[in-house]
Amino acid sequence: MQKPPVDYIKRITANYAALGYKTYQWVHNEDTPPWTPLAKPLSECRLGLIASGGIYVTGQVAFHTKDDFSFRAIPKDVATSDLRTAHFAYDQTDARRDPNVVFPIDTLRRLEKEGVIGELADHAFTFMGGIYSTRKVREALAPQLTEQLQAERVDVALLVPV
Amino acid sequence: MCHQSVGLIARHAEATGIPTLCMGSALDILQAVHPPRVAFLDYLLGHTTGKPFEPELQRAILLEALEAFSSFTEPGQIKHLPFRWAEDDSWKDGVMNDGDTRTTRRDTPQYQTEEDRVLAEQNNPEACGVCAVSA
Repeated sequence: MQKPPVDYIKRITANYAALGYKTYQWVHNEDTPPWTPLAKPLSECRLGLIASGGIYVTGQVAFHTKDDFSFRAIPKDVATSDLRTAHFAYDQTDARRDPNVVFPIDTLRRLEKEGVIGELADHAFTFMGGIYSTRKVREALAPQLTEQLQAERVDVALLVPV
Repeated sequence: MCHQSVGLIARHAEATGIPTLCMGSALDILQAVHPPRVAFLDYLLGHTTGKPFEPELQRAILLEALEAFSSFTEPGQIKHLPFRWAEDDSWKDGVMNDGDTRTTRRDTPQYQTEEDRVLAEQNNPEACGVCAVSA
């Protein structure tokens, strides 16, 4: 039987209430989002990947899980077997078996080879997206990651939450 | 929260002139944060870009998602990707309905393995968790 998408905000709000937590203030934007049209076809674009599943490369400092708003740069030629995850809010079992379920690095390398995208940027950027403080995201993480995308001279960015 | 953080980052990047596409599996959170372009995959959380060890499926999902870069003509559009997690949607009944399944949040690095911790501490004697470390 087909069911509508899960109503996460309603269910999470109910869970928090049952635990006696304060009601979390989700962001509700009712404006028109910003908009930048593509300057050229995707097959000519340099694509930057940002993923929030807490991915790091062995040898890097792992994420902590208390509003960590740092990020890691992952080289595009990373060995998939060197990828790890650190997160608190999702079941990491499958991501640890095959990181491509939350960090589509092999998939994008393949699409680059096939010419679907022009090229993949030299680094992908990752963070631990379970950040309760929207102020930290807006004032620190978003501008910092945007600067990284600019430094990588990306034409488009693909963002993958968990 | 992940979907919210990503949506905020997309809005910021887009405003500086970088076209963005947010994938995601929590439709209501994405609708609320309202980023410029969304590709929604109605899957169990933790599988935003596919199922493990199914590279053809992962490729098909990404192709469908990336198509939004070409087909979307105005801000705030959402594409529902044509894939289902299972033939039966009963998995949705249990999601977030069994109480709080999150693990305790800690302010120290949460290494996947002890080896990772040893390696990272060798590489980063000051264990600077806020640095972007390039391998």
